[in-house]
Amino acid sequence: MTVLVYTENWEGKFKKLSFELVSYASKVAEMMATTTTAVTLGEVSDDELKVLGKYGADKVICLKNENLKNLDSQLYTNAIAQVAQAEGSKVIVIANNNSGKAIAPRLSVKLKAALGSGVSQLPLSLSPFTVYKRAFSGGAFAHVVLKTDTKIITLAQNSFDVVENIKDVKVEKVDIQVEAPQTAVKDVQKQSGKRLLTDAEIVVSGGRGMKSPDNWSPLVELAELLGAATACSRPVSDEGWRPPEEHAGQTGKIIAPNLYIAVGISGATQHIAGVSGSKYIVAINNDKSAPIFEVAQYGIVGDAQKVLPKLVEAVKELKGK
Amino acid sequence: MKILVCISHVPDTTTKVKFVEGNTKFDTNGVQWVINPWDELSLTRALELKDDAGAGVKSVTVAHVGNATTEPTIRKALAIGADDAIRVNAEPVDAYFVAAQLAEVVKKEQFDIIMFGIESSDYNNSAVGGMLAEFLNLPSVSAVSNLKIENGKAAITREIDGGKETVTVPTPFVAIVQKGIAKEPRIAAMRGIMMARTKPIRVYEPIAIEPLTEYVEFEMPKPRAACKFVDAENPKELIALLQNETKLI
Repeated sequence: MTVLVYTENWEGKFKKLSFELVSYASKVAEMMATTTTAVTLGEVSDDELKVLGKYGADKVICLKNENLKNLDSQLYTNAIAQVAQAEGSKVIVIANNNSGKAIAPRLSVKLKAALGSGVSQLPLSLSPFTVYKRAFSGGAFAHVVLKTDTKIITLAQNSFDVVENIKDVKVEKVDIQVEAPQTAVKDVQKQSGKRLLTDAEIVVSGGRGMKSPDNWSPLVELAELLGAATACSRPVSDEGWRPPEEHAGQTGKIIAPNLYIAVGISGATQHIAGVSGSKYIVAINNDKSAPIFEVAQYGIVGDAQKVLPKLVEAVKELKGK
Repeated sequence: MKILVCISHVPDTTTKVKFVEGNTKFDTNGVQWVINPWDELSLTRALELKDDAGAGVKSVTVAHVGNATTEPTIRKALAIGADDAIRVNAEPVDAYFVAAQLAEVVKKEQFDIIMFGIESSDYNNSAVGGMLAEFLNLPSVSAVSNLKIENGKAAITREIDGGKETVTVPTPFVAIVQKGIAKEPRIAAMRGIMMARTKPIRVYEPIAIEPLTEYVEFEMPKPRAACKFVDAENPKELIALLQNETKLI
């Protein structure tokens, strides 16, 4: 019996999300008095694999095959299922990101294991096995009992802190047999040099109150000074003022940074649904009755164009620039 | 080419969420029900493909698991332009149950592309599409932001961390779609609403399947502390608060 955690790698590297997952899985393992095994697919160096031992992995398995180079939901599911069976895993932890959402439901059917998705806390109880998850697009949280012997949890990003828990980690690299993938990748377009919205700890986001796409430079400057990613509301992305991948909200990206700074965003239900998981929300809006202030902890009632340059100055002063 | 669009029936996104029976059940009192927003976009894209003569889409069918009270939602999908509909006559108990029911539908009636929205706005599980694909051993592509059909083959754009990929998979396949798949949901015109009345809804009885999960309790989000306001003339104070209280900058 083990807790298995699938840790995706990005060109052979792990990132904070991977450490959140391993920290979470090792806490669950501790609750169940068992060990934690991490599995990853593709080419990863021994040193990088060992890093997972810092966050509580007792064992790291790296499965290698040329056919696992690109995400193919069936092949990835089969590979993870094989490890889960070999390790006798009773709980499988996966990220609730694009690839996790592609794999976890398939794995649930393959192993006939109940799936709790978008979980944001440690299990509330082990018997019955009850998880805590977001529901109604942030309008509520649900307690869900996973009724099968094997359980799958997808963990909401940024909902669990990275905790150091150093283990004498054992690394296994295994060449596996894999069928030919059905998914053929024809073309890849990467955004270069931009901080990823879903990875960012701080997000600075602009709405219609920014008035024009030409007014974005102080917002971008503020984001750069804070090491933040930039986002926007739906009308802004629909108008083409900002690229669609910046749209944060229910129908765009659902994000949960530590700090979300909403500038000129009134806070439509659909927008709030996509950002309500943020630890702190700051709102800058000229309408004091805007719903964004109901979810914000800090607010400034004022015109974005006037407030932003002053904020930029204040942050520059703070950072000694 | 035949497309199946699976739709979920959800409370309107502006609904004030409340629970009854000791916070164990969603309070449906006074709730307006709609097609799940992502499923509506998925349906819109399917209809756009049907309108494009080059894509060779013969029909767009919608499928839904729900009891008879959900028929207005299905009629709405027909009014928007779906050719026909299938309803599996059962309460949608959990994602596994729903996926198993829809898998039976796909086994009975063959489809080339089976489309799902990325998640339903009520239980936010993002699960049914992938589960159905596994039940039927079909390829599935998730996070799809564009779907085209060229020379009888599907060209799919999917979102990856920090970018996009164009991929192909053989039919039949499952596409789980999200932002970008269609610009605006298509709206039913009067003619469509009239025509929808006579379009067929085939009703199937459910197969016996044990759900794997049970929602035992709901709670409301914890109220956030009241907003601290800072004078617009003095944003420095905001920066100081963020530095001292959140320790994030």
